[in-house]
Amino acid sequence: MSLPEKTPLLLNVNGEDMEVLVAAGKTLLEVLREDLDLTGTKHGCELGECGACTVLRDGQPVLSCLLLANECEGTLIETVEGLADKDRLHPLQLAFAEHGGLQCGYCTPGVLMTAKALLDGNSRPHRSQIREALSGNLCRCTGYQQIIESVEHAAAAINAPAKAGS
Amino acid sequence: MNSGKSNVRPFRIIGKPRVRVDALSKVTGQTLFADDIKLPRMLHCKLLRSTVPHAAIEKIDVARASNHPGVHLVLTGKDFPIEYGILPVSQDERPLCRDKVRFVGDPVAAVIARDEQTASAALALIEITYQSLPTIASVDEALLPTEAPLQDYAEEHNIHRRLSYSFGDVDEALEEADHVFEDTFFYEGNTHMAMEQHASVASADPDGRVTLWSSTQCPHYVHRALAKALEMPAAHIRVIACPNGGGFGGKTDPFNHEIVVSKASLLLGRPVKICLTREEVFFCHRGRHQVTMKFRTGVNNDGKLTGMHLQTLLDGGAYGSYGIASTFYTAALQPTTYHLPRYSFDACRVFTNKPPCGPKRGHGTPQPRFGQEVQLDKIAEKLQMDPAQLRLGMVAEPDSLTCNYLKIGTIGLKQCIDSVVKKSDWKNKYHNLPSGKGVGIACGAYMSGAGTAIYWNKMPHSGVQIKLDRSGAVTVYCGATDVGQGSDDVLVSLVTEVLGIETIDIKCVTGDTDLTPVDLGSYSSRVTLMMGNAAIQAAERARDLIANAVADKLEITADHIGFADRLVFDVEDPTRHMSFQEAVVCAEEKHGTLVTAGSYAPPKSAGKYPGGGVGPSPTYSYTAAVAEVEVDEKTGVVEVSRIYIAHDIGRSLNPVQVEGQVIGGVYMGIGEALMEETTSRRLSPRLSNALLHDNPSMLDYKTLTMHDMPEVLVDIIEDPDPNGPFGAKEVGQGPLLPIMPAVANAIFDAVGVRIDEVPITPAKVLKALEMKAAGREGRVGPRAFPAIDWPQAMFVLPPAEGGDGKASNKPERKRAAKMHAMDKVEEQTTDTVKPS
Ligand code: FES
Ligand code: FES
Repeated sequence: MSLPEKTPLLLNVNGEDMEVLVAAGKTLLEVLREDLDLTGTKHGCELGECGACTVLRDGQPVLSCLLLANECEGTLIETVEGLADKDRLHPLQLAFAEHGGLQCGYCTPGVLMTAKALLDGNSRPHRSQIREALSGNLCRCTGYQQIIESVEHAAAAINAPAKAGS
Repeated sequence: MNSGKSNVRPFRIIGKPRVRVDALSKVTGQTLFADDIKLPRMLHCKLLRSTVPHAAIEKIDVARASNHPGVHLVLTGKDFPIEYGILPVSQDERPLCRDKVRFVGDPVAAVIARDEQTASAALALIEITYQSLPTIASVDEALLPTEAPLQDYAEEHNIHRRLSYSFGDVDEALEEADHVFEDTFFYEGNTHMAMEQHASVASADPDGRVTLWSSTQCPHYVHRALAKALEMPAAHIRVIACPNGGGFGGKTDPFNHEIVVSKASLLLGRPVKICLTREEVFFCHRGRHQVTMKFRTGVNNDGKLTGMHLQTLLDGGAYGSYGIASTFYTAALQPTTYHLPRYSFDACRVFTNKPPCGPKRGHGTPQPRFGQEVQLDKIAEKLQMDPAQLRLGMVAEPDSLTCNYLKIGTIGLKQCIDSVVKKSDWKNKYHNLPSGKGVGIACGAYMSGAGTAIYWNKMPHSGVQIKLDRSGAVTVYCGATDVGQGSDDVLVSLVTEVLGIETIDIKCVTGDTDLTPVDLGSYSSRVTLMMGNAAIQAAERARDLIANAVADKLEITADHIGFADRLVFDVEDPTRHMSFQEAVVCAEEKHGTLVTAGSYAPPKSAGKYPGGGVGPSPTYSYTAAVAEVEVDEKTGVVEVSRIYIAHDIGRSLNPVQVEGQVIGGVYMGIGEALMEETTSRRLSPRLSNALLHDNPSMLDYKTLTMHDMPEVLVDIIEDPDPNGPFGAKEVGQGPLLPIMPAVANAIFDAVGVRIDEVPITPAKVLKALEMKAAGREGRVGPRAFPAIDWPQAMFVLPPAEGGDGKASNKPERKRAAKMHAMDKVEEQTTDTVKPS
């Protein structure tokens, strides 16, 4: 029984180096989910239409379903699993939980990663900039309003002077 | 339903904004959806789908696919002799088609291989010979005589089912009305497009049992379908509903792929997984039916309705699905919103060679709601009444029976209308905004759970069990499924409230047919009410056991025991207390192992006529909305600039979630109003004449993005309903209903044209504007309703006319009804104005 040829690939995901054997033509999405068991990254189309598979490559949001895994060698990949700092959730995660930024939670990893890239580059975005940045992430549940509010709350938390004990 | 004891105020957590119990696992990517499951030795399945819309299968040759390296199994229709389907009356589906395919996308074969790529490669090696059959592309074609109907159980031609009902003598009510309005409307079909593609994993064990993890809203119905289609005892099958990445009705049918992977796993003794592609999800569909409808409505000069006759025609696609229920729902709920003394309807569903339609958010009711609310706008215009005022004057009475015997309990619609009128500054805006801008109002009502199950039975609709033990741990079990609506949060929060502990102290196990008592599923907005009542009952029984034991220790009576802040105490002297855990130990000492159960079944329907089971609900939610729009008269583009919406929810259990459900409903409603549609197109005969889905991708199926979504101002009206858990009613579906008509009415206010169709595309607006500019009626919409040979209507005398809820076609009965009605009419002025 012939098996598809695989090549070794070195990826850096959430700060960890990971080596995988990857069949030619596999997307980053497939490698993350199937080979690295990082199933936090979702998919809604695998055609670049929905944004559910968004991860960060060198800090920029990319659609992992459209990216070949071997194009990512030598880059830094961030996924939702790396968003929290150990047991400290990212302000976006807290804000989404608190302000209704998720319902089914399926679009959420992609939305969070896109929002992280936005806030990393601009910690005080206007509503229009939030809409612009997230307009490629479809969500069927929330009607978006509470996502926008969650991002705003996260931005406020990031900008607030650190409180004692937090 | 819930006993007085739990209604002790104030609530500790109910009604307070709170992080839902599944939020943190979702924001960290830890929630396991069906496609996230990976089991040792797991194989992968792909389905071969028909490329032709209607054909007999002459031959399938799977030899090459079977021999393909890495392929473990190839299945075809002959491996599945048994038909199944969600409704007992339409068992018309097969996991893989055996004799016939009925739409492009109907599955004909399955390959199970070491990975998806190998399975896909092998699919291409399957050879099928089809014998083409005539294709039915539209409702008009389906109504024509045919030699070869799509389904052999069709009533006639390609008619699936016709229904005719008359609640009182409607002809007479219309004759006696001051005005009769006759309007036709068209609502294009559309689909759920939940973000998660359907996925399933099956794993057989060596004893011959099988477990299926699936993205399903209704594990109980999947369980039943698997038992039937696999010819296995249900007791040997376990269905686990994974959290759904959205459902909206799209995951309520048992699906062919669920049965195929279960069978494959049983044959191979290894786990088998399938995840549909997005295109396949569009083929699975079960979405909103396309409906053509005609309303004849009698109105008096004072704006009161005298009667209504509604006709609906549904394009059902190729299979039954929930279709008969959908057909009833295009008519049954109309009388729950406004007082309607007499009502009759004719509803017809046909088969066409398209993906089957079924339930989508609002199931069958958004279409007639659109028609009625737009017609009311026309009525208000004709009678020169304010459309908000017109509606306020006709709101159905609380604690009443409608003419079709639906029991209305609490009704907060007047408060909803008042709220949106005030918040939107309606009185100053309506008819007063500059050309191109407008406001429109509409209302709606929806069930909080269907009063009857999909299959006839006398058992509970929802069951909850609670297990407590000496560790203080509480585990709650229920068959309900979280599809994103937050049912796990509802379950945990209700039990938390009753037991006086915190949500983190409770684990919930849901949607698992081995472990959890049956809940019928996440559909018809039934879960909060039905599961909620069962949960409160189970929690109160647990609390009573604990209170009884603690009372002994504290030497007081059990009714003096309180529960709060993880303490169990003497309400007269809270310093006499013990921890919740200590209290559970007392209870376990006294009563032995602690398990309680609660169950819920809806009240019996007042309608005793055949078909009277569709429509009753323990209570109805109400919504009113005002849409503000801007219409670009050059391009026809409609922009919704703001939505004001008020929803009567009875009691809001968690305001963050409630508001989210309302806004989510508004979002989907605007999408349906302006862009969402599933359409198909026929290729030329030269190119096979195939009937193709026009837009089976997220790019082609248009939905609102964050850019397009306007601001939504939400008001929650709370008037606790005695049938709801702590008074709560539904919120998942109702808020969608008024949006489409509110937008259409706002467009009329803005530019004076009527688009009596959904979706309201720029092309339609432009066309209507052109007609208006040319001095004709500025309207786009169907001109006529097709001629259908209706059966004799089932006659039911309305309760207000002395009816007992039973049907009677006996002429004397009808004459009696008429006599009675005549007496009433004579009291009114009868200056009939001819149909407008
Ligand atoms: S899965 Fe990548 S964009 Fe949809
Ligand atoms: S929360 Fe369900 S798709 Fe966004």
